[in-house]
Amino acid sequence: MSEHLTAAPMSRRRFMQRSGALLFAAQCPLGLSAKAVAGGTGAMMNSFVRIDPSNVITMLANNSEFGNGAYTVMSMMLAEELDVDYRSIALEAAPTSPEYYSPLFREYLTAGSVTTGSTFIPMRTAGAKARTMLLEAASRDWDVPMAELTTADATVTHADTGRRATYGELLEVIHRLDIQPPETVVLKDPSEFKILGKPARRYEGAGKVDGSAQFGIDIKLPGMLYGAIARPPVYGGSVVDFDATEALAMPGVVKAKAIRAGVVVLADSYWRAQKAKAKLKISWDRGLNAKVSTEQFYADYRALADTPGMLAEDIGDARGVLDAADEVVEATYEMPLLAHATLEPMNCIAQVEGDTCTIWSGTQYQSNDQEVISRFLGIPQQNVTIHRPLMGGSFGRRSSKTADYTVEAVEAAMGESVPVQIIWSREEDIRSGHYRPLFVHKLRGSVDDSGMPEAWHQVAVGQSLMQGTKHDPTYMVRGIDIYSLDGCLQEPFGVFPYGTSYQIPHHRVESHNAPKSGIVPQEWRSVGHTHTGIAYECFLDELAHKGGIDPMELRLRLTKDHARMNRVLRVLKEKCDWDKPLGPGRGRGVASRIYNISPVAQAVEVTVAENGDFTVDRVVCVVDCGFAVNPLGIEGQVEGGLAYGLGGVAFGNIDIVNGEVQQSNFHDYPVMRLPQMPKVEVHILPSDEPPTGVGEQATTPIVPAVVNALFNATGRRIRRFPLSSQGFNLV
Amino acid sequence: MKLEVNGKEVEITSEADTPLLWVLRDELGLVGTKYGCGVAQCGACTVHVEGSAIRSCVTPVAAVADKRIQTIEGQASEQGLSPVQQAWLETDVAQCGYCQSGQIMAATALLASNPTPNDAEIDGAMAGNICRCGTYPRIRKAVHLAAALMAEEQNT
Repeated sequence: MSEHLTAAPMSRRRFMQRSGALLFAAQCPLGLSAKAVAGGTGAMMNSFVRIDPSNVITMLANNSEFGNGAYTVMSMMLAEELDVDYRSIALEAAPTSPEYYSPLFREYLTAGSVTTGSTFIPMRTAGAKARTMLLEAASRDWDVPMAELTTADATVTHADTGRRATYGELLEVIHRLDIQPPETVVLKDPSEFKILGKPARRYEGAGKVDGSAQFGIDIKLPGMLYGAIARPPVYGGSVVDFDATEALAMPGVVKAKAIRAGVVVLADSYWRAQKAKAKLKISWDRGLNAKVSTEQFYADYRALADTPGMLAEDIGDARGVLDAADEVVEATYEMPLLAHATLEPMNCIAQVEGDTCTIWSGTQYQSNDQEVISRFLGIPQQNVTIHRPLMGGSFGRRSSKTADYTVEAVEAAMGESVPVQIIWSREEDIRSGHYRPLFVHKLRGSVDDSGMPEAWHQVAVGQSLMQGTKHDPTYMVRGIDIYSLDGCLQEPFGVFPYGTSYQIPHHRVESHNAPKSGIVPQEWRSVGHTHTGIAYECFLDELAHKGGIDPMELRLRLTKDHARMNRVLRVLKEKCDWDKPLGPGRGRGVASRIYNISPVAQAVEVTVAENGDFTVDRVVCVVDCGFAVNPLGIEGQVEGGLAYGLGGVAFGNIDIVNGEVQQSNFHDYPVMRLPQMPKVEVHILPSDEPPTGVGEQATTPIVPAVVNALFNATGRRIRRFPLSSQGFNLV
Repeated sequence: MKLEVNGKEVEITSEADTPLLWVLRDELGLVGTKYGCGVAQCGACTVHVEGSAIRSCVTPVAAVADKRIQTIEGQASEQGLSPVQQAWLETDVAQCGYCQSGQIMAATALLASNPTPNDAEIDGAMAGNICRCGTYPRIRKAVHLAAALMAEEQNT
């Protein structure tokens, strides 16, 4: 198998017959293929487009595909300007070199729901520039004006003379006449779009129904050994001593050795490695995290929340107004650690040869992987080659700043003459020590004579994602991690160009970076909003109740100066039948959020039984993501995003006692299943604004909307999560 | 030990207690069947044994030695994708796609025993198959479409 992807595996054979280069690539071991093709007969038109004489057009994709739809939107953009079918484009993961870094992050990173927005111009430009070169070639070779040429199906045509040439055939002319890429190019007007803005099925979808899609865990290399790691009972512990006598006597077992992550057993199959791992006798140093406990975090954070934090925002005089208020509403919201639990567990193949290292790894963040490995091995960064297959989910987990699952594979492969694949068990995944950080938000608020929120004072306590990392200069403002507060500030802050969309006259937000704990805080789909959004939108509901104002009406009034969110809410109110009465035991809730920088609002209906069992019967979601590049993809991201958020709040919880994670697999870390999935209606608002993200935007609003709906149905406020720990079971 | 996988007889050397999942993946190279939990909680490893959906991660290979085993790789025929695969493709179900082999195998077994399931029956039969991307609404839709495609196929 090569690491090339085509949209239609069923036609792969036809592809290869057409392309000698691709056929050669397919016969090469993985890892050679990219170089073989790049050095083959194809011509790089620019960084993103290669055209082969046999007319295979290849896109070099610098964003990862983990279910987000990156490969679909990027191929659509390129295809639109190049006048080809997006499904006919072949695709390669672009190498880890600076020319492929995200213009936004200046790193090779797929994150923050910015793929569509940040590639919309570059990928179209790459397509348009390549097309211009092809037109110039035909025009000069045929001696006809460029304006008389048309392009379709990867072919240039001159109608008057009937001359035609495929893009591949024109490569020879480009070389002969030394045609250079144009400096500038005019992109299509949206009214001319044939592909963009229309529902398009997933680019790599066919391989995902016939079992041929290749994930990292599926890669087999000649001579490869499989590694299973016995990890310390406490995250961050280490091996004192081990006895592998019994393990080494088992069939297929090659070696056992201590690495920083634990003891790795290498064998000729993963099952044999796993089985032998159980026979190891290891004495552990439990390390610095041996006393860590989540209950202690809650207690410590609650105490911190009662003390002044670093001041992030102070609009008006919130403290003065609250001091003078007759009645102050107070609430503390507590959010647990959450695992990502991607269905494909972490895995990585590494091969170390001399001063070079090659890895095959599903990753969102390959410039960081490269950097961490180069530092670990003491080799130049460019000596680290990364092959990036498809990923079985990520949700932020595969953007690890520690490059944990990557660098441990490199360590395991050191001294071996063959590649080594490390695969995590589900238990290792749930206990990996990389979690959505635990947060406590303390809120105080008051309403004015009309019942509208007048003063708001929020103190957020949790571990910072960015403090002390290389991202510190960008994401820390006066010691405040902007991700800890993303979603609860009324005005733009740091590099985030948006606020809540609400206007509350007196608004004060403070932040505490909780002491580092040995638990690694990790971005979790929608990052800061996963906790700020719950605290903010639930407390807003508390103030609405206090002031006797309908929660939808409250948000409409608070957003009256924010045209886009206000429009989203107006449409939502109508689409969800907000004013239609519900029967007993039923409730309705609403929440709205802006994240990078799409306004999204959701309304839900729930039914609650006497024993606390509840169903989410209906979710209506309205999205304004600017120009909707692929409505079918957007709908899927919204449905999936809210399923992820709902499962997280319904059951998600990691408890740590004496440093040991108590959960281990899907039986005690339950996630959403089909029967629990609500009916979802997605409304995408038409817009001419530039496209913005949808991958994470739907994950948060569902949570407070459901919590508010449960209050609406039962009169009970829930301020600690998951819901299952508070007597409410999603069924 | 001999196995019958996707209509072909194969000779394997794995130990008798090896879960069928790892025999398929590591010895036979049939990697369309996925590892997700190892304890029959997630359904990613679903295959058919004698037409019934089973979790291959907890099925010792010795237990299926003389039985007919079908994996995702055996679903398409010379005529092309199976109706369930076709429905999955048309509904654009997959996101990351990792669970979808198992989902398709579970749906195929459901439709073999109940050609016209309603939503509740689909939910019940597919509850053991986790999708972390949350493609559940489209899974429901695709099962209905597959049922319709199969009915159509039978009538022609």
